[in-house]
Amino acid sequence: MSWFKRISEGITTSTKEKKETPEGLWYKCPSCKSIVPSNDHANQLYVCSTCSFHERIGSKEYFELLFDDNAFDELNKDMHSADPLNFTDTKKYADRLKDSMAKSGLTDAIRTAHGNLDGQGVVIACMDFRFIGGSMGSVMGEKIARAIDHAIKEKTPFLLISKSGGARMMEAAYSLMQMAKTSAKLTRLSEAGLPYISLLTDPTTGGVTASFAMLGDMNIAEPVALIGFAGPRVVKETIGKELPKGFQTSEFVLEHGFLDKIIDRREMKAKLSQIFRLLKK
Amino acid sequence: MNFLDFEKPIANLLEQLEKAKEIATSSKVDVGPTLIELEKKIESTRKDIFSKLSPWQRVQLSRHPDRPYTLNYIEAVTGGDFMELHGDRTVKDDKAMIGGFGTIDGQSVMIIGQQKGSTTKQRQFRNFGMANPEGYRKALRLMKLAEKFNKPIVTFIDTPGAYPGLEAEERGQGEAIARNLYEMMLLKVPVICIVIGEGASGGALGIGIGDRVLMLENTWYSVISPESCSSILWRSWDFKEKAAMALKLTAEDMLEQKLIDGIVREPIGGAHAFPEQMFEIVKNEITKQLDVLNKLKPEERVEQRIAKFCAMGVVNDIVNQVN
Repeated sequence: MSWFKRISEGITTSTKEKKETPEGLWYKCPSCKSIVPSNDHANQLYVCSTCSFHERIGSKEYFELLFDDNAFDELNKDMHSADPLNFTDTKKYADRLKDSMAKSGLTDAIRTAHGNLDGQGVVIACMDFRFIGGSMGSVMGEKIARAIDHAIKEKTPFLLISKSGGARMMEAAYSLMQMAKTSAKLTRLSEAGLPYISLLTDPTTGGVTASFAMLGDMNIAEPVALIGFAGPRVVKETIGKELPKGFQTSEFVLEHGFLDKIIDRREMKAKLSQIFRLLKK
Repeated sequence: MNFLDFEKPIANLLEQLEKAKEIATSSKVDVGPTLIELEKKIESTRKDIFSKLSPWQRVQLSRHPDRPYTLNYIEAVTGGDFMELHGDRTVKDDKAMIGGFGTIDGQSVMIIGQQKGSTTKQRQFRNFGMANPEGYRKALRLMKLAEKFNKPIVTFIDTPGAYPGLEAEERGQGEAIARNLYEMMLLKVPVICIVIGEGASGGALGIGIGDRVLMLENTWYSVISPESCSSILWRSWDFKEKAAMALKLTAEDMLEQKLIDGIVREPIGGAHAFPEQMFEIVKNEITKQLDVLNKLKPEERVEQRIAKFCAMGVVNDIVNQVN
């Protein structure tokens, strides 16, 4: 027996007849739930104008944001994975790659390019999380290595924007060794006296954190990005307790001394420009 | 003595051998021929089992409870002439990572490695061989110390992974490993890394950058353990054998992929069955490699080390095929 009686009928519209707003016109912030037109959201660089939540974006958006007039030369555009282990789990890795390529229009989880940022030459490498979780396999390692070579040749700073779950399991130890390979290349960049700026964005974990992402002359991050070595689920299982609030966020990592700075995306280009200017010989 | 499932035939024969020996001492029956027969049979059974090990069986062997750990190797190859050094000079002393100076054939060497425990208490004390950031920083401090006094470095790798704890994250587990990768590339002294048990991911690589990276025959080295790989990719713990196969994580596989420099053969029956022989083989391998590496100039070693790691990986590239 209930306390209240329904006098008039409740929702009578059947699910079939429910009128949906056409997709793509509006953006609802997952953090503060405020709703803005998608166009405005894009103009705000995909940052919520109410609560400053940074939506995940990809290489296309970062290149657009950072390179002057969105002009750049993309390096090694056609490089793609060779599936060296002929790996199969519940699905063939080769098929996974094909699907990801078709779905994303990308060749792998990173793109590298040379262009100008506020008139200063720079090589930028940027990951795409939607390509198998931004995972690092041979292609990512090789593209980063060649981008660094290019920066050395052109005597420009190197900016690497990380957004990755870590090493790609389907290339097993090859993926693991990309951590060593990229670190090796960074010694060369350093030797040439060129700046390496590591920009960590949501999320940056695993083998990416445990190699180049933490090796910047400056490590900077976007606000409230997940940054860690082990994923939060694994840490939680290890300690058998709830994780403290704000654990493994950019702010947490900065407080513990592993980031130089947290920069809002809307100020990113200006601040990077300032960094490169300050480091110029 | 502990025996894995697939070692059971050997265990049975060893038991029979013991019994026969007992009979020999308690009665006057001549068991001589039986003993010879049994010993032959044990040898052939060992050969049979160990000649067709599956990747998963090698993973099991790498974790065999009787398998020697880093300190056993150190004790043996230095003949006891070893001084352990402690602490990372920042936070604490990590018991999962040990290191110190010792001599191998009269040559002073820095030896570093992850340490597991053989009893429950020791396993906890050693945190199951899972180092925290301070462990990697201690390792790096000791490597720099060795470099200062121009002593070669030997690392023994045996870890199920870097510790994924809360404090490890606070103290920068990722940064600690990354720093080691970078700094080890530039070490002016010879560096030899030997996987003696488990080589799990970044936790292993954190002390795994060397002029020679070697794996004992029954060890594994990969980006993830077969169990975790199974749980993530197959969403179940039951596909570990399959995962072990797919990851191509054995010494043979790793050499074929050009990700390591060599394989150190184990006695037939495994390192755990004949530890003394294993120690001798490892010691000879270290001195052999050091003889070669000592002849190179520091710049040559660094150059070759960097070039070697830079060549790792296979990609499809229309313009320029790598490997």
